[in-house]
Amino acid sequence: MLQSVLDAHHIPAPHAAASERRGMTGFGFYLYLLSDCVLFATLFAAFAVLHRSVADGPTGQQLFDLRNAFIETACLLTSSVTCGMAMLACDRRDTRAAFGALAVTFLLGLVFLSMELKEFARMVSEGAGPSRSAFLSAFFTLVGTHGMHVTAGLVWLGVIVVQLRRKGFSEGVVRRMFCFSLFWHVIDVVWIAVFSFVYLIGSAS
Amino acid sequence: MTQPSHASLESARVTPGTHDGQRHGSLRGYLVGYVVAVVLTTASFLAAQTDALTPSSVVAAITVLAIAQMLVHLIFFLHISTSPHQRTNILAFAVTLLIVSMIVAGSLWIMAHLESNMMPGGQMPMQP
Repeated sequence: MLQSVLDAHHIPAPHAAASERRGMTGFGFYLYLLSDCVLFATLFAAFAVLHRSVADGPTGQQLFDLRNAFIETACLLTSSVTCGMAMLACDRRDTRAAFGALAVTFLLGLVFLSMELKEFARMVSEGAGPSRSAFLSAFFTLVGTHGMHVTAGLVWLGVIVVQLRRKGFSEGVVRRMFCFSLFWHVIDVVWIAVFSFVYLIGSAS
Repeated sequence: MTQPSHASLESARVTPGTHDGQRHGSLRGYLVGYVVAVVLTTASFLAAQTDALTPSSVVAAITVLAIAQMLVHLIFFLHISTSPHQRTNILAFAVTLLIVSMIVAGSLWIMAHLESNMMPGGQMPMQP
């Protein structure tokens, strides 16, 4: 069964053991990431429909701090590049460079997450929590879901660092690093949509 | 974007994020992508705060910049390309794009109609 699938893709049989497994896993993970984009699309659609329904509460223009959003964006973008650096180090099997790049990626992700949580805490303390208006419900759901992805990514990254230390660049660790890098880049792409359509357009209009 | 070598065409299936199934891009690719992304991000933050543009053109500018930046990420960081052995990846991506645009555009379209049918006067804010 699997062999016929492999034949259909003209994959040479001798290779099919270790290196093909990574290709298959990578493709499957890519499909998961695309389905994650559909999840975010529903949340963006809800936000787009509800962003004017402020119920006489605070608007985005009053709540959003663009300086904060800019620093968050810079952190996530830079961490996406350092994650790429980690993959390049992985290609060279350079353990020291890989640890360095993964550590910077982790720290930048952590800075992003703490800034976001601080912003959430400030908004809730100002009485602009998720139950204040439909706009704020949609906002917290969308941005919170993104933040949860970042949190999951940080946990995953921590596991990868530990495994890299214990096992070195084994087949499994390289595969996990590769899937993580895809995940992290996609989270960054989703953030582009968040800061553009939620923060920038929200505070401009 | 480097041209795929003949040897990589032999191995047929290439996972997104890799150029030839083995390596994960080049330093130059990441740095070029980073610089372009920084320029686009700065431009969209400036566009949001400027007074030189009308509100609707600010929205248009931010939308265009966002789409451009997403493309930069897809090309330079995720290494999505139109090379023949990435056909499956592109197809899956195109289907996702279709579903995403149907969800977003469809929701906005339906809800705008619903709102204009529910409240005569359309965009008028409700008075307390």
